[in-house]
Amino acid sequence: MAEFTQATVAERSAPARLWDRASKIDPRYLIAFLITLVLVVGQLRYHLLGGYDRLAVALLVCTGTEALLSWFDRGKVVNLLSAYISGISLTLLVKPQGGALWPFVIGGFIAIASKYVLRYRDNHLWNPTNFAVSALLLVAADRVSVLSHQFGNDVATNLVIWIFGLIIAARVGVLHITLTYVVSFLVLNTVRALSLGQPVLPEIAPITGPMYQLFVFFMITDPRTVVRGRGRQIVVAIIIAIMEMLIRFASDKGWPLPTAFNVAPAFLALAIVGPIAKWTDLRRASTRTRD
Amino acid sequence: MGRPGSSVRRAIIAIPFLGAILLAMRLDRGPLRSSADATHPGFMLRDETAAAGIHFVHQRPTFDTKIAGVEPHVAALGASVSVTDFDGDGRPDLYFTNSRFGAPNALYRNRGDGTFEDVARSAGVADLNRPGEGVSMGAVWGDFDNDGREDVIVYRYGYLALFRNVDGKRFEDVTAQAGLRQWVNSNGAIWIDYDRDGLLDLYVTAYFRSDIDLWHLTTTRIMHNSFEFATNGGKNLLFHNRGGGKFEDVTDALGVGSTRWTLAAGSADFNGDGWPDIYLANDYGPEELYLNDHGRHFTLSNAGLESESKSGMSVTLGDAFNRGRVDAFVTNISERGYLFQNNNLRLNQMAESKRFRNVAEGAIADAGWAWGAQFGDFNNDGANELFVANGFISADRNRNYWYAMSKIAGANSRLFEDAATWPAFGNASLSGYEPSRVYLNRGVAGWVDVASRVGATDLYDGRAVALADLSNRGAVDVIVANQNQPAILYRDYPDSTSHWIELKLVGTRSNRSAIGAEVLLEATNLTQRRVVDGGSGFASQNDRRVHFGLGAREWVDRIVIQWPSGTTQVLQRPAIDRILTVTEPER
Repeated sequence: MAEFTQATVAERSAPARLWDRASKIDPRYLIAFLITLVLVVGQLRYHLLGGYDRLAVALLVCTGTEALLSWFDRGKVVNLLSAYISGISLTLLVKPQGGALWPFVIGGFIAIASKYVLRYRDNHLWNPTNFAVSALLLVAADRVSVLSHQFGNDVATNLVIWIFGLIIAARVGVLHITLTYVVSFLVLNTVRALSLGQPVLPEIAPITGPMYQLFVFFMITDPRTVVRGRGRQIVVAIIIAIMEMLIRFASDKGWPLPTAFNVAPAFLALAIVGPIAKWTDLRRASTRTRD
Repeated sequence: MGRPGSSVRRAIIAIPFLGAILLAMRLDRGPLRSSADATHPGFMLRDETAAAGIHFVHQRPTFDTKIAGVEPHVAALGASVSVTDFDGDGRPDLYFTNSRFGAPNALYRNRGDGTFEDVARSAGVADLNRPGEGVSMGAVWGDFDNDGREDVIVYRYGYLALFRNVDGKRFEDVTAQAGLRQWVNSNGAIWIDYDRDGLLDLYVTAYFRSDIDLWHLTTTRIMHNSFEFATNGGKNLLFHNRGGGKFEDVTDALGVGSTRWTLAAGSADFNGDGWPDIYLANDYGPEELYLNDHGRHFTLSNAGLESESKSGMSVTLGDAFNRGRVDAFVTNISERGYLFQNNNLRLNQMAESKRFRNVAEGAIADAGWAWGAQFGDFNNDGANELFVANGFISADRNRNYWYAMSKIAGANSRLFEDAATWPAFGNASLSGYEPSRVYLNRGVAGWVDVASRVGATDLYDGRAVALADLSNRGAVDVIVANQNQPAILYRDYPDSTSHWIELKLVGTRSNRSAIGAEVLLEATNLTQRRVVDGGSGFASQNDRRVHFGLGAREWVDRIVIQWPSGTTQVLQRPAIDRILTVTEPER
């Protein structure tokens, strides 16, 4: 039996061995790889950045802020990988008026600082990029918009990102969150479209776009801000999808929401539901510990 | 001294954190420091449309009911204006196109007393919007047969229509004889003598594919296949003027058949090699520059235009900062909160780096949903201002299509390529009721919008902008064709203390209209280049006479004219504050 097992291991295919090896890598490195892939593909194929100065500024501000604040708060400089991910995410997502760089300076700073300010029981509550993008859209909508169609609309490119994204999400152990959200989005928005008497396709169309790729692979699945437990993660993903559906319903009805809700309902839904879920989760865990 | 406690540390970090958010709120209202000085623009624009007797109201087309859901979007083009002196009386006349079956185009003859009369019907250029033929999208004028009278090509969603000017009063349709009867869903055309043989050639841009008849659709898969990188538009066409009133299609041989949903074209010798190049503003895609290789072939240049792939609406050529170069201003779409595609002001650095450099920042980058634009020295101070028309669809003010647009725009191309997939427009507005912009040029201090200050206050859905000195008084009047709305004439009233000079060029070896001639003016602390316009902006064409403001300068050192034939002509110390007619030397 033992010999058989060894032989099986030895005969494992290269992808399988790669899969095994990937499981031992810090998830942040896999996520960093994926977002760098998105950046490189987006820039080479679509000139997505709108200027390398944006990338440089966002990365510099995010990593610099992380280094400074971690040293100030914890007495040591922490691993800057998550700041790198935030910097790239901001560069991809934030689309400012004109050649303005300040959204990357302020966005990068508040993304990282939010981790040190908006905390509960030694955990930050918001995904940093989600917080920064939502905040910028809410307070500076006249100067800042968010990625929509700048990543082209090409099937092949989207497929590459989806395939890599799904593989890495599986390896990082968050695939169930991604899939739950996607399925919930499709079901809920189909129901919304039918209830409003609107065609279904335009209502589910956004999920095929680049903004949602970044959302489902990098924001909603952020290991540091998701709740603990697979079941609860699934429930929270469904609640986020419901919140987004409600926001979209309000937009359909022409209710006077801030523009940010019309532009990025998924980001706003996560910004509202995510911290409440995380806070509840942390509170419940601490109560159980005390008991 | 020990480190502060965690709560204190958090509180300390919270201060700059909140400060950053407050700063973002402040920056949302505008830059911290005021930009260029908006006071004393030095001119006023007055709406004198009615006084001039211009009562043209554009009417949009209707199409096959299969695309009724997106018809407001598809039918949102067609208002155009072009300037011509069709009767040769020395006074600029105006031609407006209409876009509904049965609605006439208008040819406004300049009476010379500040008023105009519509003579389109008697001239034979009114009734061009007919089932089976198509609807007008614009027109450009040029003397293609060098008989001294300006002819006109009307481009349509439908067949091209070429009219020969018979006697300065009447036109005859010579499309078929010229070999131009082709169905093109076109929004633009320019006259260009690309081979410098003295005969005007014709470049026609195409938007929807040319196999699409928008009144008899066999499919609803007619839309673009990307919002920023679409290549499934109609194929642009280049027609070579063989002489004798005949044209031939040389698109493929010359390599200029872009299929990128071109909305506008402009031509100038950007790289200074003596041959006119072609600059394209493409909707749903990057701009393109085709460099002319001695009239034998065009090469798509990698001039730095591809890195900002957007929605080019118009291309305007002018010397933005008096460097003696022809720069390009390309309008784009911006809607606050939703999308900032930002206008591009591209400085011509072809001589140094073979590239253009985008320097649009601040006010000039975001005009709204911008369409036609033109450089013109409205205050005669020697620097170009910029007039930009704005607004896409003004309908129900309480219904905004941008939310619906954001859903479809972020989707996959397979979905939005099909017009039937788009959310229905209904009576929604899409970037409607936007004001025109008039950017004052303050040099290194930047550009500042003075539209409301100088009197450009309309909220129409502007499309085409043309400039002309309508009363021959040294002022640059502005004519705007608005979609589905009345046209506007803004008379320019510059401060009377500034001097000016205008040149009317007459080609001999070059084409008679002198289209493509470049004029370089040199005076004290002033160098400025202008091009005789064969069509520019969006669906528009300016006065072929070139106008220079001189400010307080009381003389011009010299004027260098580079004729399309290759002839260089120098005028030393020409008289100012007048219109000079300059005829190309025979040798």
